[in-house]
Amino acid sequence: MSDTPAIEFVGVHKEFQSHGETVHAVRTLDLAIGQGEFFSLLGPSGCGKTTTMRMIAGFEDPSAGTVFLDGKDVTGVAPNKRDVNMVFQSYALFPHMSVFQNVSFGLERRKVAKAEITRRVGEIIEIVSLTGMEKRAPREMSGGQQQRVALARALVNRPRALLLDEPLGALDLKLRQQMQVELKRIQREVGITFVYVTHDQGEALTMSDRIAVMQGGRIDQLGTPREIYEKPATRFVAGFIGTSNLLEGEVRSIDDGIATLSSAPGDCVLVPVPGSVAVGDKLEISVRPEKIELERGTEAPSDCSVVAGTVSEVVYHGTSTNYAVTTAAGPEFTVFDQNAANADDLAVRGDKVFLYWNAQHSYPIGV
Amino acid sequence: MSRLRRNLAPYLLVLPGGLWLLLFFAVPMITMLSLSLQQGDIVNGYAFTGHWQTYVDAIGNYRTQLFRSLLYGAIATIALIVLAFPVAYWIAFYGGRRKATYLFLLLLPFFVSFVLRTISWRQILTDEGPVLGPLKDIGLLGDSFHVLGTPFAVIAGLVYNFLPFMVLPVYVALERIDPRVIEAARDLYADPATAFRKVILPLALPGVFAGVLMTFVPASSDYVNSAVLGSSSTTMIGQVIQAQYLATADYPTASALSFVLMAVLLIGVFTYARALGTEDVMKVAAR
Repeated sequence: MSDTPAIEFVGVHKEFQSHGETVHAVRTLDLAIGQGEFFSLLGPSGCGKTTTMRMIAGFEDPSAGTVFLDGKDVTGVAPNKRDVNMVFQSYALFPHMSVFQNVSFGLERRKVAKAEITRRVGEIIEIVSLTGMEKRAPREMSGGQQQRVALARALVNRPRALLLDEPLGALDLKLRQQMQVELKRIQREVGITFVYVTHDQGEALTMSDRIAVMQGGRIDQLGTPREIYEKPATRFVAGFIGTSNLLEGEVRSIDDGIATLSSAPGDCVLVPVPGSVAVGDKLEISVRPEKIELERGTEAPSDCSVVAGTVSEVVYHGTSTNYAVTTAAGPEFTVFDQNAANADDLAVRGDKVFLYWNAQHSYPIGV
Repeated sequence: MSRLRRNLAPYLLVLPGGLWLLLFFAVPMITMLSLSLQQGDIVNGYAFTGHWQTYVDAIGNYRTQLFRSLLYGAIATIALIVLAFPVAYWIAFYGGRRKATYLFLLLLPFFVSFVLRTISWRQILTDEGPVLGPLKDIGLLGDSFHVLGTPFAVIAGLVYNFLPFMVLPVYVALERIDPRVIEAARDLYADPATAFRKVILPLALPGVFAGVLMTFVPASSDYVNSAVLGSSSTTMIGQVIQAQYLATADYPTASALSFVLMAVLLIGVFTYARALGTEDVMKVAAR
C-alpha cells in the first residue's frame, strides 16, 4: 500500500441546471480516501453524496475542481476508462444475461482470456456464496442473491475502488444486517477500497472505517464512527447520527477545563471545553440518551450534570426502555435505560425525576 | 348457486369476445373457404364442387404479384426498422418531459385518412409537382425522371403509412430499459457502441419483433399504396384480390388468393419467430 490516496477530490464543485435554476449539488469538496479504506458518504437525500459517488465513477463531471484516482487526474475521463466499479442501488443487472454472463461482462470487455475469465468468475461467485447459480437469470433470484451478483460483477474486475450506492436499501431488515456483516467480510478478504453511499446512519456506523457526513453539498464532519457519534461537530451531525439531547447555555465559570453553563434553578450543567472558550460565551452541547441516568426522588446527586424534570412518556423497547422527560431547561430529554439491571421500569408517566450524567459525556458542538 | 355463478363467471366474461370472433372471424373464414372451392359465375351463381384446381391456377397466374408483395413488404419492414429505431431511441432517451408531445406529433398525420394521406403523396411526388418540378427546372433532374409508378414510390408509401406501428413498440421497449443498466455497462468498461450492441439492442429486440409483426403483415397485403402511387408493374397481391372480387367478380379465385396470402404470411411469421427465438424474446419482454 502506498501513501497516495485511492480517491482524491480537490476543490470539486458540481452544479446542475434544473427548471432554469442552478442547483449546487456539491460545493467545493476536498476529500481523500485511503487505500483499502471502508469509507461512507452519509447524509439525507439531496445532500450530494450520490453526485459525489457518480463523479468518482465518471457518470458526472465536476463543474470545477479535479478528481484523482490513485494520484492520476481522471477529471473528464469516460466511465469505461476508469478503474473503479459500481454496485447500483437497484442492482442494474443485465436482465437478458445469466449470472455468469453478468459477472464476466467486465472481464470480456477487457479481453481477458477465456480460461482466466472462467477461473476468476468461479472464484468470486464462491466468495459471494452463489456457487451453482451461474446459469440462472437475474429475475429467477431473490433480492439478496441479485445483490450478491451485482457485488460479484463489480468485484471480479479487481477495481482500485468499489463504489456502492445504497446497495442494501431494497433488502428487508434481517437480510440487510446479514449483508452488512458479509460486505465487511468481503472487503477484508479482497482488500479493495469501498466507498459506500447511504442515508442509514446505523449502517454507516457499523461498517465504516471513516464516515463523511454530508449536508447541502458539503461535508459537515469527517471522522471515524466513534468520533462522529461521540463528538458531533455540528448540530446537524448530532441530530442525524443517533439521537442527541441538545442544550444551550452561557458559560458562567470555567474550572480546570470544565465549564458550568447557565441553567434553570437547581439544575447544573457541566461541559468540558477547550481553552478557546471563555466565560460569557454561548455554548450548545449534546448529550447522548444512553449516557444519562434517571433517578426518582427529591435529592439531586452532587458531582454530575443534573437536570430536574417530569416523565412524559415511557416506551418499552425490549433491550431498553426509552423515557421522554420534560425539563425546566427547555428541551424535552430522551433517555435510554438498558434493561440489564432493572426488571421494572425506573419511573412511570408523571413522576418527578432527576437526570444526571458525567460531565465528560457533555460535548460542546462546534468549538 | 353462488359456486355455480363463480364457475360460470369466466365463461360469461369471454362470451362477448367469443361471439365477436365467431361472427366476424370464424363464419367469414368458413364462408370464404367454401367460396374458394366453388365454381360458377356471378350471373348463374356459384356451387360447391371442391374444385382445388382454383388454388393451383391462382398461384400459377399471380405468383409474380405474390412474390412482389412479400418483397415490398420485407423491404419496407427493413426500412422501417432503420428509420423507426433512431426516432424511438431519441424520444425514449432524450425526450425528457416532452416524450408524450413527441409521440403525439409523430401520430398527428395519422389522424387523417389513410387513403387521403396516400393521395397527397401522389400530389407531392407527381412529375411536375412541388418536389420534382423545381429540380427539373434547374436541370438537376432529366425531364423524363419520375418517381410515381416506381417500386420506390410504393415502398416509400408503405414505409410512411406504417411508421407509427414500428416506432411505438420499439419506443415502448426502449422506454422500459432502466438507464442504470446502461450505466452499469459503461461502468464495466463498455464504450458507448458496445453498450448499445450488448445491452440496449438486445433489450429493444422484443419491441422490434412486435413492430415487424405489426408492419410486415399489413404492408405485404396492402393495396392502397401500389394502387395510388404505383403502376401496372408494381401491382401487389392485395390489388389483385380486390380486383377479382370487385371488378372481375371471380369470387373463388379471390378467396383462394386470400387464403394463399394468409398461409404464406403465417408461415413467414412462424419461421421468423423461430429464427429469432421467440422464447428468449418473450423472456426478456416478461421481465
